[in-house]
Amino acid sequence: MSGEIIKLAHGSGGRLSRRLIEGKLLRFFDSPLLAPLADSALLDIDGCQLAFTTDSYVVDPLFFPGGDIGKLAVFGTVNDLAVVGAVPAFISCSLIIEEGFPTEELDRILASMSQASKAADVEVVTGDTKVVPKGKADGLFINTAGVGAMAEWARTLCSTPAPGDAVVVSGSVGDHEAAVLAKREGLNLQSSIQSDCAPLTKVARAVLQNAERVSFMRDVTRGGLATILNEAVADWSLGVVLKEADVPVRAEVRSICELLGLDPLYMASEGRLVAVVDAPSAESVRKAVRKTAIGRRCSVVGTVTERYAGKVAAETPFATRRLLQMLSGEQLPRIC
Amino acid sequence: MRFVDEYRRARPVKRLEREIRRAADRLGRKVRFMEICGGHTTAIHRFGIPSLLPDQIELLSGPGCPVCVTPTTYIDRALSLACDASCTLTTFGDLYRVPGSDGALEDASARGADVRVVYSPRDALKFALSDPQKVVTFLAVGFETTAPAVAATVLEASAQGIENFRIMSGHKTMPRALRALVEAPQVALDGFILPGHVSTIIGPEPYGFLPQEFGMACCVSGFEPTDILRSILALTLQVVKREFCVQNEYRRAVRKEGNAVAREQMSRVFEPCDSQWRGLGLIPNSGLDVKSEWRAYSVDPPDPTLPSEKHEDCRCEQLLRGLARPTDCPLFGTVCTPDSAVGPCMVSSEGSCAAFYKYGAGGIES
Repeated sequence: MSGEIIKLAHGSGGRLSRRLIEGKLLRFFDSPLLAPLADSALLDIDGCQLAFTTDSYVVDPLFFPGGDIGKLAVFGTVNDLAVVGAVPAFISCSLIIEEGFPTEELDRILASMSQASKAADVEVVTGDTKVVPKGKADGLFINTAGVGAMAEWARTLCSTPAPGDAVVVSGSVGDHEAAVLAKREGLNLQSSIQSDCAPLTKVARAVLQNAERVSFMRDVTRGGLATILNEAVADWSLGVVLKEADVPVRAEVRSICELLGLDPLYMASEGRLVAVVDAPSAESVRKAVRKTAIGRRCSVVGTVTERYAGKVAAETPFATRRLLQMLSGEQLPRIC
Repeated sequence: MRFVDEYRRARPVKRLEREIRRAADRLGRKVRFMEICGGHTTAIHRFGIPSLLPDQIELLSGPGCPVCVTPTTYIDRALSLACDASCTLTTFGDLYRVPGSDGALEDASARGADVRVVYSPRDALKFALSDPQKVVTFLAVGFETTAPAVAATVLEASAQGIENFRIMSGHKTMPRALRALVEAPQVALDGFILPGHVSTIIGPEPYGFLPQEFGMACCVSGFEPTDILRSILALTLQVVKREFCVQNEYRRAVRKEGNAVAREQMSRVFEPCDSQWRGLGLIPNSGLDVKSEWRAYSVDPPDPTLPSEKHEDCRCEQLLRGLARPTDCPLFGTVCTPDSAVGPCMVSSEGSCAAFYKYGAGGIES
């Protein structure tokens, strides 16, 4: 067989994605600002501390319960800024449109972007449009980049976890992926699940302002909680034990997962973050996040431990433990 | 969630754990039980069942995943079909990453072949209906659980006069494979956790030869922690009392007579044929071939006598016979991982190596 090619699984956010980024991008772009592979790069321009990020959106279907590609493109980029402790300020909007795309749908998507940017308190200040021949793109792809100034409250962020630190999740996991899956052609699932797609600015602020020390914070997107936590522990000499029963999962999301043989811990969200905070602050962080509009199910779901260095373990309700690996490939439904 | 939560509560799990330990104390030796359904393998690891069991009871994984046992020749044939621009291949997701001798369907798709993952064979039929220029072939892989739905789809295609729909049958049946397994000279097993889903179709009766001829403890099991523990308890007690039978501990789904309607559909469309199993070789009458009257809806699968290609260090064959554990394989976790699977047991998410890798059954401390 000829040379290696890119497969869909390279885009799943799991191990193959990481290999693509580390093996290819880092090889060609030699920047100490890129190397940490954080959600945003932290820049210092003449003493001005900024966060800068970019993300592309290729969701299928374009409209799903609780959101659409436009809303996702705004909030996704806003969230990448928020979780590094920045106040999102300006974003860009680049559209790659397939020939034949209905302008009525484009209007709906742009209106949704406009509404989302108001909700997240950011301004779309630059953009680009390209149209490609029919069949060369799937309807519409959107890229957004964003910048924000580092907030004063980002000072509690550090990169040194300690045994006993608490793992906090800001709400139920997996809503977004379940909503998109349920809408996909072929499943014919009747469900009331809505995507959790939302800006995390206030939630991130609540975490950072109420903890003494935040050693990790990320939005829970592709690959789900299990994969994101694996990324956290990869560089640590410590591990994480997750209490499965404490992870908030909506009943409908669990049902879809049971039906398709998927694990909610690997399901993507678009308006949730996971943070590792010092144990004494955990309760006040949880309370503060619960006061935000999208943080009502915020829960402490695990602890940092000296066991399982570099690994994430899940504890079942009957106190057995299993290893949670990074997502490998796409989550695919089982056949028997 | 109903039908799930009540089988996952800590208290009944702990009670069953204690009962199993009490029963195991009466064994006087070590016993080895094999689960033969990939769904059981996954559940056992997901819920950490092995750590609840006493030292006397060891669980092994058998050939229960339809993807695990699909030979490379079948994948190769599918890949050759995919080269034809007029062909749309439709498949269940699990088969998507299974390697043939030269790549997987996933690779063919990346190179431009029209390969679509479906959730039901009826979705494949819908593709055929909406795109008459294409020949839509469904890769029909699976045990008695999936075969009836495929049969029903063929009947529907015929009733609706849809001429551009085909299936390539790689279907296999379970009891014959179990016989081949226990007849092999080297098998060290005391009992079987029998598949739940397959049994909903065929009922418990076809496994009767296992206790009668081979003295095997047998129990049909569900997929929740208390289901599996209850089945392990049943098997242990059968060994203790030396009274072997096919017990049914999945009565909420498996009836004594199975599902006659599904079996009738299956036998209208399919007939038994010899079948090649990855890891187990050729097993007479263990496959399902499309009957001649439905040949218009069938693509001939590869000759079953052709052996399945394999890596010389791969231990899947011993694994499927219960003679090795994933961690005994020199390739496990190094050369062979879910991202670059060598053997069938790593490829399928329900394969025993994939489950070991994913859930750390080799020990999360290791």
